[in-house]
Amino acid sequence: MYKFTASITKELRLLLRDKVGLMIMFAMPVLLVLLITSIQISAFELVNNSKVKVLLCNKDKGKGSQEFLSYLNEVGRFDLINVDMTEDDRHVGDYMNDHDAFVALYIPEGFSDQITKKAEFTAGKALVEFGINESPDTLKMVKVDSLTIYFHPVLQQSLRRSIQGALKSVIQLVENKSMLDALYFSINGKPMPATFEKELFANQIGIEEKTTSHNGSRTIPNAAQHNVPAWTIFAMFFMVISLGGNVVKEKLSGSFVRLKIMPTNFIIGLLSKQLLYLMVAMSQVVVIFSMGVWLFPHIGLPALNIPHDWLALIVVSFICGLSAISYALCIGVYSKTQEQANGFGAISVVILATIGGILVPSFAMPKAFQFYMNLSPLHWCLEAYYGLFLEGGKLADIMNSVVPLLGSIVVLQLIAIIGLKKKNLI
Amino acid sequence: MSNLALSVNNLSFRYPGQAKDCVHDLSFEIFVGERFGLFGPNGAGKTTLMSLMVGLQKVKQGHIQVLDKDIRKDSAAIKHFIGYVPQDFAFYPELSPVENLDFFGAWSGLNKRTVKDRTTYLLEVLGLSDVAHKPVKQFSGGMKRRVNLAIGVIHEPQILFLDEPTVGVDVQTRHAIIDYLKVLNAQGTTLVYTSHHLKEAEDLCERIALIDRGEMVAYDYLNQLLERHGSKDGLEELFLKLTGSAYRD
Repeated sequence: MYKFTASITKELRLLLRDKVGLMIMFAMPVLLVLLITSIQISAFELVNNSKVKVLLCNKDKGKGSQEFLSYLNEVGRFDLINVDMTEDDRHVGDYMNDHDAFVALYIPEGFSDQITKKAEFTAGKALVEFGINESPDTLKMVKVDSLTIYFHPVLQQSLRRSIQGALKSVIQLVENKSMLDALYFSINGKPMPATFEKELFANQIGIEEKTTSHNGSRTIPNAAQHNVPAWTIFAMFFMVISLGGNVVKEKLSGSFVRLKIMPTNFIIGLLSKQLLYLMVAMSQVVVIFSMGVWLFPHIGLPALNIPHDWLALIVVSFICGLSAISYALCIGVYSKTQEQANGFGAISVVILATIGGILVPSFAMPKAFQFYMNLSPLHWCLEAYYGLFLEGGKLADIMNSVVPLLGSIVVLQLIAIIGLKKKNLI
Repeated sequence: MSNLALSVNNLSFRYPGQAKDCVHDLSFEIFVGERFGLFGPNGAGKTTLMSLMVGLQKVKQGHIQVLDKDIRKDSAAIKHFIGYVPQDFAFYPELSPVENLDFFGAWSGLNKRTVKDRTTYLLEVLGLSDVAHKPVKQFSGGMKRRVNLAIGVIHEPQILFLDEPTVGVDVQTRHAIIDYLKVLNAQGTTLVYTSHHLKEAEDLCERIALIDRGEMVAYDYLNQLLERHGSKDGLEELFLKLTGSAYRD
């Protein structure tokens, strides 16, 4: 037992003197979680919650454009600012910069008139099709001039599409209303009563948003639920700098050689090293998760909701930590210098994080990469955590992620031991 | 039990991928309580032979017996009786001498109490008490050599293998180390020693083996060898006479 405690003490002393390693394992992930979550929240706010400034030049003075703008205001996503410009104005970009806007909308002259005429044509055509009217020679299709939207080049494609979608819905609404007006007028010979019109448009079918989950919880996952587990895994794997470097140092310092001729099994050395770093990984989990639970709400970020299945969370955290340790051990064993371990270790973790879905969601990756994704232990760690944090699963629900993860741990440990044997270090 | 600390019989060793044996058909014996010197020019195979004797390399051809135990069959038991002071520093530079000895003492199979007592004694004897709690990386070369030696002897081994234990140290440290080795030997420890300091070796060793290109060139009591080869100026003259003066590396 003394051999084991002496080994753990030695590892702890070495770790506490590795200030850079400690910074990388604790300070860096804390900063990353804070920054990435904040950035994602503000991006989310920009796309979904904040009003988009739209420069508006309305050359049409009719009812159609007024209704269009009224509905546009009702959507609640746009902050309309009136400006005067021509359709082919080359200075739209300057106007946008002046008003700090990314979108401009130009409504051409005669827009309302054209909408009315189009509605009359459609209504007339419908009455003919229904057999109520005969086909009059005067029924002529009217082409409605397009609205012009100017987008600032920095605006993301997804946001452009979202804005266009909203504008199209509003135009559709105006067109439908005009057509109904025209139909009513054609049939009844008088304008549609305002109360009837209100009834027609008030009773729209809504969309209820629900998130699937294993435990029946309907909580919509926030940015903290996505980011905190992801960056915790990243932090765990970044122990490659400290643990990988530690192994290289032991090789280079000749300590391994001395240990080899001592009457103690190398397993004790490997176990004590791994046990200490497993404690480090658990500390990382506690620090980063605690930050998500208690600090985030105080700085305007959504709080991290800890999964109900605590035992599963602890088991998954242990397995993720062990996976990170096994990977770091491998890097340390096969690196010839500390620079090699640090450089290759750090870059490989970033690559594995990228293909594993930590930096970019796995569903957003090209098909070709989705195969390689399975080779990244970080992917299986992330899947296991997401199964608990996002889907409210239990340990049994995430076995399809835990089993490959355990497999990768066994493989990595074997590779490390084979490397040590080959290098005649154990 | 015989009075042999170590016996080497028809030992040959070749590193993977090499065309020639690094150690070829070596046979010699070291008696219990002896101060035995192993010498040879650079590349002669001394360090490889030392690695084979302490069990760092596996014996594939020939035999080595340590205190009557076969190194291939009883390597686990042999590890309790031997100590090794490698040529390169082999410790944790970030740790202090006390912390290093605490760890290596435990791995040598000692209990906590013994480790503490031996640490105090060794630091005192080797003049490291004042720096007992400072990180070894801050030490001079001589101090590091003494830490390297202390780790090798913390468990009071019956046979101590020393691969150039005084390389790169000043005269004072060299004398201190040699004096301590003599004390250890007087207490019964068998010393197996290599060095390029032939004057120092003359002072320390009773019997020597001179090897060159992996083969035995001379093996006997030092005074008898000097007499046989008419080397009045000592081991250095004998060394050059038997191994030549051409560069070896």
